[in-house]
Amino acid sequence: MSRQAIGLIVVLLLFVGLLVVRAGIGKGMGRVYSERESVAMVQVEIPILDVVEGEAKGTVGTESVWVPAASDDAVDFASADSPRVEWETTTPIKPGTYFQDPSNAAFELDWPRTIGIWVAALFTLAIFSFLYKDNAIYKIAESVVVGVSAGYAMVIGFWDMLVPNLLGKLVPMFVQTHFIPGMTDTSVNWLYIIPAVFGILLLMRLAPKGQWLSLWALAFIVGTTAAIRMVGYIEGDFLSQINATVMPIYQVVEGANGSVDVYSTIWASIRQFILLIGVLACLTYFFFSVEHKGVVGGVARVGIWFLMITFGAAFGFTVMGRIALLAARFEFLFDDWLWLIDPTNQRTIPDAVAVLGM
Amino acid sequence: MSMVDRLANIDRRWIFLMMGLAVAVPIIYIGITGKTLPEQPTPLAQAAFDELDKLPPGSRILLAWDFDPASEGELGPMATSFVRQCCQRGHRMYFLTLWPVGTQMIQKTASLVIDGFYPDLEYGTDWVDLGFKAGNEAVIKTIATDFGQMFPNDSRGTPIESIPMMDGIVSISSFDAIVNVSAGYPGSKEWVLYAATPYKKPLLVGCTGVQAPQMYPYVPLQVQGLLGAIKGAAEYESVVNAWVRRDTVETLLEEAGVDGADAGTLTKDFFDDPEKLKSWLAEPAAGGLTEAKRASLVQAVQGVEPGIFLEAQRRMGPQLVAHLLMIALILAGNAVYFVTRRRGGAR
Amino acid sequence: MLKRNVPLLITGLIGVFLIVANFFPSLSAMSEDFTVFFGIIAAMAFVLGGGSLLKVHLKKISDRNAGWAYSLIVLGTFAITLAVGLLKIGVPPNPGFPDKPWSGSVNADGTAFEWIYEYALKPLSATMFAMLAFYIASAAFRAFRAKNIEAILLLGTAFIILLGRTFAGYYLTGWIPIDGPFSGLRIEELSVYIMQVFNTAGSRAIIIGIALGIASTSLKILMGLDRSYLGGGN
Repeated sequence: MSRQAIGLIVVLLLFVGLLVVRAGIGKGMGRVYSERESVAMVQVEIPILDVVEGEAKGTVGTESVWVPAASDDAVDFASADSPRVEWETTTPIKPGTYFQDPSNAAFELDWPRTIGIWVAALFTLAIFSFLYKDNAIYKIAESVVVGVSAGYAMVIGFWDMLVPNLLGKLVPMFVQTHFIPGMTDTSVNWLYIIPAVFGILLLMRLAPKGQWLSLWALAFIVGTTAAIRMVGYIEGDFLSQINATVMPIYQVVEGANGSVDVYSTIWASIRQFILLIGVLACLTYFFFSVEHKGVVGGVARVGIWFLMITFGAAFGFTVMGRIALLAARFEFLFDDWLWLIDPTNQRTIPDAVAVLGM
Repeated sequence: MSMVDRLANIDRRWIFLMMGLAVAVPIIYIGITGKTLPEQPTPLAQAAFDELDKLPPGSRILLAWDFDPASEGELGPMATSFVRQCCQRGHRMYFLTLWPVGTQMIQKTASLVIDGFYPDLEYGTDWVDLGFKAGNEAVIKTIATDFGQMFPNDSRGTPIESIPMMDGIVSISSFDAIVNVSAGYPGSKEWVLYAATPYKKPLLVGCTGVQAPQMYPYVPLQVQGLLGAIKGAAEYESVVNAWVRRDTVETLLEEAGVDGADAGTLTKDFFDDPEKLKSWLAEPAAGGLTEAKRASLVQAVQGVEPGIFLEAQRRMGPQLVAHLLMIALILAGNAVYFVTRRRGGAR
Repeated sequence: MLKRNVPLLITGLIGVFLIVANFFPSLSAMSEDFTVFFGIIAAMAFVLGGGSLLKVHLKKISDRNAGWAYSLIVLGTFAITLAVGLLKIGVPPNPGFPDKPWSGSVNADGTAFEWIYEYALKPLSATMFAMLAFYIASAAFRAFRAKNIEAILLLGTAFIILLGRTFAGYYLTGWIPIDGPFSGLRIEELSVYIMQVFNTAGSRAIIIGIALGIASTSLKILMGLDRSYLGGGN
């Protein structure tokens, strides 16, 4: 065994040892508690009251509705052979709530979610392991991301877009019976054959023959995108941005009492002037039809300076963003998994009286 | 080997370790002490708050949650604060997303803020989750003129005709403001181009650090409030929190029977001098409040916030240390570079 | 003919129609149909993406390429996610319609699909992006050299932003009175000016340039002058 491998194993064992110690201290770590609730619904025939001028005058037929089995309507109208459906839900609770009342029969250790926290922690560490060096565990985690994210997008695309917006128009009765029972408009819209056909043509790309047919669908996508973007960019970017630049350089700033605030006015005007110069200089730099020499060259150079400041700002902001993402991952490890910190008071037992002692 | 050479050839894993510690240590420190750094809101964060604040209660706000877990560290706190302000102000909230994973982001903010702190708000009357639609800018382009065409039902399968708050929603023009939390394409830029600019709608944007510099030129004509990266989130969060606390105190005072104008003055007094609250609590007027309400009054004046509403401000701690490390690394890298170059030149 | 001209015709007709529809409100209903169709085709593109993934990795496995076992994991997790999501495993029915087992929301709290998101997709994708913090630190040490005035401007701006957007800014220049004539020199104020003046100027020029580029490319595509999307050059 190489020295490096031994070193790695020692580090790993140390880590596992620390984990075991951590798990044994205090209230442990990495657990999720849930409250188990059973939901029971019953279908009842509720009489529809015939209301005349605000007063009930007998009934006109009944309507069939599902109500919670414990509701008044269920007690009044349900019979032994009314259709019933029951299922169970588990809602995560704060561990603190559990610690306060561990004997509550509805509270329990939620195994699927507890295993989930550990899986998530291990996946997080698996990705971080790449920092040390490329390894098989990282590659496994990476493969899982690829597989899961492709599957995830397909599933959401199917249930949120294809079912209501395509199937709901082409086979509305089927969709209403099985997927969206509340759907009211069940007329078939034959126009939606068009996206269905184009969609299938797009999938021809995967077929061994006739791949060129997918170009038709691509043409639809490209044509729509080009048209939408052309108008949007001209109006929203080109015209509006020029409009935002062509402003009076003399910017009057009024003070609190309505008089002109000289100092702020000077500064605002200088800012507006620099802004105008900057935009023009950068545009000059982008304008390649004239050779960047002499005056044009000088202005273009000022343009480069403005762009460098812009890129510097972009770099600063990018750093800021990346660090926030890392902080969020560490918070997950320290808070949800290791239970080292508790910024959202998940595990403290609520104590209402203490706050009054001001 | 000299010090400089050793530094020039340093294994990058040492730099990784430094970065890891720069982020991890402050998190643990802040996590244990609960102390956060003070925030001074910049005009853009204040503008975002003011825009939602000046709309009367019951205004219709379209909330487009176009982000995913990969950028949740930056954007999650903004989403939380936007929804908190809308809830407290009594706006009606319409959630949708152009990102498949955005559905989870909507669920998360809804369960954290609405279920957790505003349980009285009713689904379908006060807020609705319209879910995900594919098509990027084409979705915005469609709802710009016809909402129901793209969204025949909400994410729970209820047709929009049966959702009370969807009554009167015809197109983008039916909304009073758009709030977009965005991690890229499709996102803020698309909402600017296809909704806010052509239909002259107030647009508030919360975006990642990567996008923020490109969004600044749209302020103030096309974008009215801009929160860039975690700092923008922290500033806005502190503004919203301070307002929510004042609003809570005022509401509680009114509940205790203090009338409108007096409640405003008293609230101001309490925040200027918390001792005044102590004496007020002893007065008979305070008797109308239950123990729990008195406790929340005290908490609001003392500035106690549920941890979930301090997420961005907590994250500014690791941010500070890591930024200093970045500057130190750039300076050290340059020092090493210039020393080696001078040496190379002398040779 | 069918391979080249039909796509050009489709692109041109749809594009021109959508642009013209901007000027005629009576056409807006039809243009909405087209944009919804676009959304549906975009959703089909997710299916295409899944199909391509399947194709690529099946080939890797059948060829026993290096690392084919990883392809097995890709396909396995893909299949599980798809099955769990499409079959709505563990999804309780919509409370309004308890007799319709398929009526519930696929990513409701506590479902198997939500589990996959919460404990696999979320930590993995979030950590992948979090890794960039480490690499940007390493790059800061190795790559950013103040060699000339341009580089100095870039780094100087970055420093001001990095300091001004944290508490360090207040700490370093907090002694400058906020309502005095030099308040603009406080680092946090400087970072605001940089963003609102210099960055706005630079970004605005970039935005105007890109807008012109997009408009002209779109026009070329709609007129059939740019056919690169059809592949295989002209």
